[in-house]
Amino acid sequence: MLSKRLIACLDVREGKLAKSVRFVDTQDIGDPVEKAREYYADGLDELVFYDITASSDKRRILLEFVEAVAAEVFIPLSVGGGVRSVADATDLRLAGAEKINVNSAAVRRPELISECAHAIGAQNVVLSMDVLRVPVSGATPSGYEIVINGGRTRMGLDALAWALRGEALGAGELVVNSIDADGTREGYELNLTRLVADAVRIPVIASGGAGVPEHLHEVLTKGHADAALVASMVHFGDYTCSGLKRHLHAQGVKMRMRW
Amino acid sequence: MARSVIVDYDAGNLRSVQRACREVGLDAAIASEPQAVAHAERVIFPGVGQAGSAMATLRRTGLDAALRHAIDAGTPILGICLGLQISLDHSEEGDTPCLGLIPGRVRRFALDDPRLKVPHMGWNEVRVVQSHPVLDGIEPGDEFYFVHAYYPDPASKASVLAVANYEREFCCALGLGNYIGVQFHTEKSGRVGLDLIARFAAWDGLFSPPQEGAC
Repeated sequence: MLSKRLIACLDVREGKLAKSVRFVDTQDIGDPVEKAREYYADGLDELVFYDITASSDKRRILLEFVEAVAAEVFIPLSVGGGVRSVADATDLRLAGAEKINVNSAAVRRPELISECAHAIGAQNVVLSMDVLRVPVSGATPSGYEIVINGGRTRMGLDALAWALRGEALGAGELVVNSIDADGTREGYELNLTRLVADAVRIPVIASGGAGVPEHLHEVLTKGHADAALVASMVHFGDYTCSGLKRHLHAQGVKMRMRW
Repeated sequence: MARSVIVDYDAGNLRSVQRACREVGLDAAIASEPQAVAHAERVIFPGVGQAGSAMATLRRTGLDAALRHAIDAGTPILGICLGLQISLDHSEEGDTPCLGLIPGRVRRFALDDPRLKVPHMGWNEVRVVQSHPVLDGIEPGDEFYFVHAYYPDPASKASVLAVANYEREFCCALGLGNYIGVQFHTEKSGRVGLDLIARFAAWDGLFSPPQEGAC
């Protein structure tokens, strides 16, 4: 049977690794290529590169990073940040990305998901959703709302409805990122993750809030996630990829333990 | 001059396969000309996408005949994912007649457990059931990266080299003579995947399975 996946997210800003806390106050913490190499050697299952500058004049920098990482890291590589068109997706694929993450641009223009799915295969299109907990209302019956532009713009769009729409449009996977939990190290948003994972038939990657290994265990079991995404936990050296996997394996979670 | 080639037929990004080859010292050119494939020293036949459009491209470009020529010439050939699938006789995907390099069919996962997702995507253990020069070295517990909704079902069990389990066992590597195919993305499977490519790079193309019916 399939193993659960440990995914590390590298936020890149102006060519450097950055980490945000609740999407603000980003700080630079090192060379992303070096980190990618280190995590790969230490048993990471998949890498996500996210360009948090993503302005068009900086695209070249991102493509060069993807090339540099793809030349040395032989696990699935997923890249996002500012993907607005099939051409953006194709450029990233040629640079070495397996999967393409779409986020804000897909909320503004949902056909982007189906266009990318047609061009590069549905299994390679990852819909990344930034989600805010809100009061239950007519517009947001799930109690979760989609936010775009790196957490700055609320869309009045229900997160669960958007997940289902994204799946129907051809997304092959979902990243469910809780803005409330992001960077807090207090644990994933279990309720949100399970709500989405139980509703769709595509894999769900839980994101935002991991602080201790038990948080990963919780989200992969009680949260029904297929993969757990980490950032701060490993970037700052508090935990290692292999250590996290050993912990999960010891708790009975099926993980890839040989690399 | 004969060299190793990666068959380019508009079926996905081949550069990751090329990078993995380079990592293990196999210099492989991406080639779309039938002549280059027919006379290659070694052929890697990858691909992602749909069987129907892949077959249409292979026929239009004459790469189908080139692959058959390479098979007949004894050239070592490695099929990966869709490249493996369309090497069989027929795929259930779009009810597509395929190359027929290997007798057998490609079937869609039909799973009983509604919680199991299709495509089968992620890392799964590959269990070798028959010794083969390209697979020898895979150990119990070694996992490879899969992304697929269809799996190969070769006509002869003697060509099944390895299996994986997704609700039930399915064939994930098969071999016949100078052809070996793997369903998983060996180029994205870390060290164990690179090792497989390195063994393919050193393989002479010889493989003799036991006779059907032998114990």
